[in-house]
Parts: sequence; structure tokens; C-alpha cells
Amino acid sequence: MQMRLVRLLPFAIVGLWALAALLGPLLATAPDRIDLPRILAAPSPSLPLGTDDLGRPVLDRLLVGSRTSFVVGVGVVALSALVGSLIGATAGFAGGWPDLVIVRIIDVFLAFPGILLAIALAGILGPGLGNVIVALSVVGWVGYARLARAQVLSLKVRDHVGAARALGVRPPRLLLRHLLPLALAPLVVEATFGIAAAVIAEAGLSFLGLGVQPPTASWGSMIRDGVAYMLVAPHLVLAPGLAVMLVVLAVNLLGDRLRDRLDVRTSAA
Amino acid sequence: MLGQVSTRLGAALVVILGVCTLVFLLIHLVPGDPVEAMLGESAQPADRAALRASLGLDQPLATQYRRYLVGLLSLDLGRSFQDQRAVSEILGERLPATLTLAAAALLLALLLAVPLGVFAARRRGSSFDAGAMAFSLIGVSMPNFWLGPLLILVFSLWLGWTPVSGSDDPASLVLPAVTLGTALAAILARMVRASVLEVLGEDYIRTARAKGLSEPAVLWRHALRNAWLPVLTLLGMQLGGLLGGAVITETVFAWPGVGSLLVEAIQARDFPVVQGCVLLISLVYVLVNTLTDLAYAGVDPRVAFR
Repeated sequence: MQMRLVRLLPFAIVGLWALAALLGPLLATAPDRIDLPRILAAPSPSLPLGTDDLGRPVLDRLLVGSRTSFVVGVGVVALSALVGSLIGATAGFAGGWPDLVIVRIIDVFLAFPGILLAIALAGILGPGLGNVIVALSVVGWVGYARLARAQVLSLKVRDHVGAARALGVRPPRLLLRHLLPLALAPLVVEATFGIAAAVIAEAGLSFLGLGVQPPTASWGSMIRDGVAYMLVAPHLVLAPGLAVMLVVLAVNLLGDRLRDRLDVRTSAA
Repeated sequence: MLGQVSTRLGAALVVILGVCTLVFLLIHLVPGDPVEAMLGESAQPADRAALRASLGLDQPLATQYRRYLVGLLSLDLGRSFQDQRAVSEILGERLPATLTLAAAALLLALLLAVPLGVFAARRRGSSFDAGAMAFSLIGVSMPNFWLGPLLILVFSLWLGWTPVSGSDDPASLVLPAVTLGTALAAILARMVRASVLEVLGEDYIRTARAKGLSEPAVLWRHALRNAWLPVLTLLGMQLGGLLGGAVITETVFAWPGVGSLLVEAIQARDFPVVQGCVLLISLVYVLVNTLTDLAYAGVDPRVAFR
């Protein structure tokens, strides 16, 4: 019984996160209402997570922040997985000089450490939800491209591909119908870890002031704004930080489980 | 061996050229007019023209690119828009702090991860193993922009053991290094565990045990020596996360490195400095990875055949 609860916990956390993202605007009645007489209020029955330095309810802002992180997490993974898989699969399928060029481009993108390029891009493009998604996708597509290329390289010599080719199936259809579906498992695992990475990265960019624009709440900007009041109102930093960590932890756990179930080996850890 | 070294160096050069090109193109991604973004809308036309000329933005793209590359060869990264100082000079001042922080974080991560991973593998399935893996999972999921403030709250504000920020006191290195090193330690512990587990299943380990070697000797002298190799390669790759994470960690602790310089430059819309920071950190990363690869081939002769 206890084990089952533990196994269900990641699902519950991710489900809650998705639900908060969808219903947040309905539940959060006043995320941006400034109420100066109530600034830095400690958590109480009427305000479960207290208020921030402008008297705004932290719980409401947390709900709105869950939407920000959800939209970015899903948006970045959808965009970068789609673009990356197509580019990588095309490279592996085509071979020859297109493959060579794409591999070199992938190498160049991999030469930028971690979140660095995303920080620079977000800084140059300016703040905003769309720009955050673009910046993180520009960095994120490479992983999927590398993976899809490797998969297609090993799959394209299989018999069923040769048979399809002999039957006159054209290359685009061959790629989309006969190769990519078989390469899907590792890509799905990578995408799961990608969601966790995007959630952390979005919060990180917002922490640096490069994410969504105020007054829209993001967990990262909530942490940044709360740091100045840490000694008097630690809940301003604890609540959003715990939210980021739990979501990332849950998604990573699900990714681990998915990897074990689909039996794929990836370098993502 | 020599052929392999030159191939590897050649590939690194191509990547470096690509990195330079991408960094060069960054400034052209500025929405609208970069000069207006820097000076603001109220700037005089003469000032705009002067800045445009000094940045070379009035030239055709190919000319700009050529000038940029030629400049790089003589370490000319342009001038800071804020105080007109050479970008290379500013970077030179900031780089040591980042390298110190990264080295401290790396050392800390290794000191923590190696014993944790080895003992977890040795006592696979024990509660120690479960604890180590739980630490690993939490460490990977813990954002450094949250861990940093938490550490400041506990150790600086409540206990008063360490300075809140800055870099004047040697003790001020501790919290940033822990903040930056934790995620790496978490990933490394996992890799060390997996690697040691794999090696422990090899025949020569059974031989070592059969000839009566003590368990610590088997573990540390025989198993770990071979378990190191995959960990080393992945360490080179994880260094990217360390350097990227330094940007946030340095900002949290007001650590005067290249990372905090990047964030300051972004806020001031000082694009030449932004480009310089990205270029420098990436080049350090490429350099370290290339050296790791070469060292790896030197340590394990089998690699050379691949």
C-alpha cells in the first residue's frame, strides 16, 4: 500500500501542476492586486501562503506561475522535439554532405555550455513568454536531432525499409511512416527529461529577470523578488522554490520510470 | 596517435569558428535596431550614427564578419558600450573569479560523489544506496537559484558562519561552490555508482578477490581505476552545466566573475560585452573538452582504435 502511494506520487504532482496551469486563472482571483496594508503577511487560514512585498497573495501567484512554467515546459519540448527530430532524422536518412553539415552545426550548438546561450538569447530578444520559448528551443533542439539521427542511422539498414523502398515508397513517407515511429521511444524519454530541464531553465531565466514580464508571475521571478525579504518572510522564497523542485523531481522520476519501461539507454541524467 | 590528435584539434577548430560565427550573429538578432536598443529612442541622430559607425554596423554583413574575425585573432573583442574599455580587458579581470569558483565546485562535487557512488555500488540495495540515490535525485532537481538563497538564509543569516556575498574573504567561496557543485555531485554520484557496478561484474575483479585481496583493495585499486574512464568523459560534458550554472550562481552571490558580468551586460544592453562573455565561456568549454578527449586517449590506449 505504502509502495503504491510512493509510485503514484510523481503522477499526482504532475497532475496537480497541469491542473493548476489549466484552472489557475479561475482559482487565482487576485494574483496582481496590490494591497499595501497587508504586505509580507505570514501564512494564515485566510491566506494559506501569506502575501508578498506588495501584499499580493502568494498562493494566487503560485497558481499563475504554474501556468507560466507549464506553457514554457510543454511549448519548448514540443517545438524543439519536432524541429530537432526532423532535422536529425533527415540528416541520418540523407547521409553524405547534408549529414556532414548538420552534424557540424549540432557540434557548434553543443559547444555552448548549458543554459548560457539561452541566457544570452533571451537577454538579446528581450523578456516575454514567446521569447523564452524561442530561446530555450534554439538551445534544446540539438539533443533531439542527435538522438533522431543516431536512431535513423541504425534503422535505415533494416529489411522493412529496404522492402518499402523496393515497393516505391518515396523518401519523405519512408522517413515519417517507416523510420520515425520506430525511433520514437528514446525521443519520448528525452522529451520527458526535456520538460524538467525547461521548467528549471524558465525559472532560471525569470530569476535573472529575462523571463515573463511583470506583473505576470513566474516561480523564478517570485524567488528573485522574495530573496530581499528572506529573513522576515521566508515563505516568499520557500513556496515557489519548493514548487519548482517538486515538479522537476516528479517529471525526472517519471522520465526514469519511462526509460526503464521502454528499455532505452540515453545519456540524459 | 599524432593523426588522431590533429583530427581532434581540427574538429575543435571548426567548432570554434562556428561558435564565433554564432556569437557574431547574436547582435543581429536584436529586434529592431541594436543601436536604438542601446541608446534609447530619445537619442540624437548624430549619436546614433556615431555608435553605428564605431560598432561597424554601417558596413555590409560580410565586411563586418571579416573585421570581427580579424579582430578576434588579435584578441580584439570590441569595446564596452558603457565605459569604452576593451572587452578583452574586462573579461581578463573577471575570468579568474569564475575559474576559481568552477574549480572549487568541481573539487567539491568529486569529493562528495566518488565516495557516495562507490559505497552505494558496493552496498547495492542497502539503505545507504537508497539514500545516496535519493540525494542524487534531489540534487539534480534542486534549482541553484533556490539552493543559493536557502544556503544564505541558513548559514549566513541564521548561523552567521559565512559572508552573504562578495569574494573578499576565503570563506565567501564556500556557499557559491556548494550551490554550483551540488547538481554536478548528484549527477556524478549516479555515474560513479553505475560505472563501479559494471566493473564489479568483470572477471578480473573475481580474480582479484580469488587471490585473496582485501575488499578495499579490490574496490579502490582495481575497480575504481577502470570505473574512472566513463566518468571522466561524462565529466567533460557536465562541465558545460557547471559553466552555465555559474552565471546564475555568480548572480545570486554577487560573485565578480564572467557569469555575473554577462547578466550585468544584458541589463545594460551592452552587447559587445554580452558577446565577449558568451564567446569566452564557450571557448573555455571547447578547450577543456578537447583536452579531456586527448587525455582520455592517452590514459586508455583502447580509445585510440575507435
